[in-house]
Amino acid sequence: MTRKLWHFPGGLHLPDNKALSNGRPSAVAAVPERLIIPLQQHIGAPAKPLVSVGEKVLKGQKLARPEGYVSAPVHASSSGTVVAIEDHPVPHPSGLSAPCIIIETDGEDRWTELTPHPDYQQLDSSELRNIIREAGIVGLGGAGFPAFIKLNPGSRTAVDALIINGAECEPYITCDDMLMRERADEVIDGVRIMRHALQAKQCLIGIEDNKPEALAAIRDALERLGEKSIEVVEVPTRYPTGGEKQLIKVLTGKEVPSQGLPIDIGIVCHNVATAASVHHAVERGEPLISRLVTISGHGAAEPQNLEVRVGTPIASLLEQAGGVKAVHYKLVMGGPMMGFELQDAKLPVIKTTNCLLLASAEDMPQRGPVRSCIRCGECAKVCPALLLPQQLYWYARARDFDKAQDYNLFDCIECGCCAYVCPSNLPLVQYYRFAKTEIWAQEREKRASDKARERHEFRVFRQEREKEERAARHKAKAKAVQGNGDEDAKKAAIQAAMERAKAKREAAGSEPKNTENLTEAQQKQIDEAEERRKASQQADAQEHAKED
Amino acid sequence: MLGAILALTALAVAFGLLLGYASVRFRVESDPIVDKVDSILPQTQCGQCGFAGCRPYAEAIASGEADINRCPPGGETVIMALADLLGVDPKPLDEEVGEEKTRMVAFIDEPICIGCTLCFQACPVDAIAGAAKQMHTIIESECTGCELCVEPCPVDCIYMIPLRESPNTWKWPFPEKEQKA
Repeated sequence: MTRKLWHFPGGLHLPDNKALSNGRPSAVAAVPERLIIPLQQHIGAPAKPLVSVGEKVLKGQKLARPEGYVSAPVHASSSGTVVAIEDHPVPHPSGLSAPCIIIETDGEDRWTELTPHPDYQQLDSSELRNIIREAGIVGLGGAGFPAFIKLNPGSRTAVDALIINGAECEPYITCDDMLMRERADEVIDGVRIMRHALQAKQCLIGIEDNKPEALAAIRDALERLGEKSIEVVEVPTRYPTGGEKQLIKVLTGKEVPSQGLPIDIGIVCHNVATAASVHHAVERGEPLISRLVTISGHGAAEPQNLEVRVGTPIASLLEQAGGVKAVHYKLVMGGPMMGFELQDAKLPVIKTTNCLLLASAEDMPQRGPVRSCIRCGECAKVCPALLLPQQLYWYARARDFDKAQDYNLFDCIECGCCAYVCPSNLPLVQYYRFAKTEIWAQEREKRASDKARERHEFRVFRQEREKEERAARHKAKAKAVQGNGDEDAKKAAIQAAMERAKAKREAAGSEPKNTENLTEAQQKQIDEAEERRKASQQADAQEHAKED
Repeated sequence: MLGAILALTALAVAFGLLLGYASVRFRVESDPIVDKVDSILPQTQCGQCGFAGCRPYAEAIASGEADINRCPPGGETVIMALADLLGVDPKPLDEEVGEEKTRMVAFIDEPICIGCTLCFQACPVDAIAGAAKQMHTIIESECTGCELCVEPCPVDCIYMIPLRESPNTWKWPFPEKEQKA
């Protein structure tokens, strides 16, 4: 039975160069002396540290908890001591630093206590999501979106299809290929768990036809496990089939709406490596602390795939992969199309590091000089998102961001097809990235200025209110002192004041002392004194009355 | 003839009443142009323009009393947006009011602070936390960088420092100049 397949618009046939790194079985990278674990390796808010400097940690121990809903925890990839929690350069196009937890490993690699859930079918969807969230699993295809969120269909009760992305369309990268070949059972088990969590009606695994071994391995495993409800689909090799929206189009013919998500059309898409780590998290209780990383490119002495612990410095990894043979090379994280250059090899491997490309001139040839756009329209022909790259380019260049958004800038997946075919060598994707980050910055500023306005207005209101309150208090006091000429009110006020004073005296315990067991002479003396005081008080009162 | 005059008069009266009613019924409280101008201004509330805050400056712009080029924190972006909104020609920032600088935030050198409360009386957005004779600190996320707290500090413990860039706030640079072949 062959399934009907669709085509996405545009795309390219690229030399895949996958044979470079998929020739030998994957190996396990050694535990490095130092692990540098960034607090943010995902889309969303950075995690909050739970450990302090000097603390001993075990492998798999949670180092930082998620902050808010869209966030993910991070775990220790090996046992050791936390030596610092500080800013360290992280793999990011900016080359900037971000907070990291730095662990000196002790070489024992001792696990913390794990809680496996071997029978996932006994768990409901929200329990499974919680396990996946606590295990720090994020989309391993490259974007790093927390996986548990995509397993929560929300108000939509029915998910039509769970699509597992094994396309791996970008040249050079073979980590998903090797994973499917070597650990097909784990992938399928993870898919079953995700399917159970989503209660999806159907489940498809899409694999490009340039990976026959992976296709065979997954098919074998499905047969061996007697799993008939998961279908493997061989899709034609065409870049960027591995894009979520593109793969959905190829497999189902459905299009994800502009600026929408696959869930809007009842589809959820996950990567094969994410599936394997879901298996680890649920069946074994192991959090996401390692992943397969492809080391490739003509600059690498021994291109291969390594199972690498998150936080391993890239330099130590390259050493294990036989080092660098090229003199001039660029160190790129990701593939040649969508990857970005790293400044040095001190940076750590993070959850989303699928490939480290040691790109020599052969792999990523120097583009010729940039010329003016000749409006040939080649870019629009290859755009898989049906955008008008040329228009986007003009508007981004003119910093007319409103117009760029009118032309659906945010539907651009930055696949780089347009720049690849551009005869004028225009760095088109860089223009789009520039425009996107400028728009985000403007939105941030707008939010900040709205907040500042609100705070300023409240402050003015508060000051006004305080002033009024003060004025009202003064007025009330003045009124009480002056009275309004009414004799009775005045007397009542005096009386009230006297009573208050009396109450105060009594409260303070200053009652007349030695008033018991007095001799007659003493009593007489007291009475006289009282008489005198009363007389003088009356005189005072009369005097006051006269004055008024 | 008379009929026509009467008809037109009747119409004029009818429309006059209608307009009069509408102007009372659908009265707009604040000047919408002031709101629009105010929404463009950066809300630093720094007073560098010579007015007591962004809103008073917006009111002055709307009434034509002030020029559009007197907001140094907003810089060129704000001048362009205001020119666009008001249909006037953009002009360079008035040198009298200062120059465009990078975004800064205030920082209190806490060991030096004596807890005098003068700075948070000056802060237009309540971005300083503290109490009398207690150490004060800046709430960085709320600080607009207006510098109004720097002057009143009797022990000079407030500095302006540039806003730290993180990977989340970083912007891709504009692609390098295209070389002509």
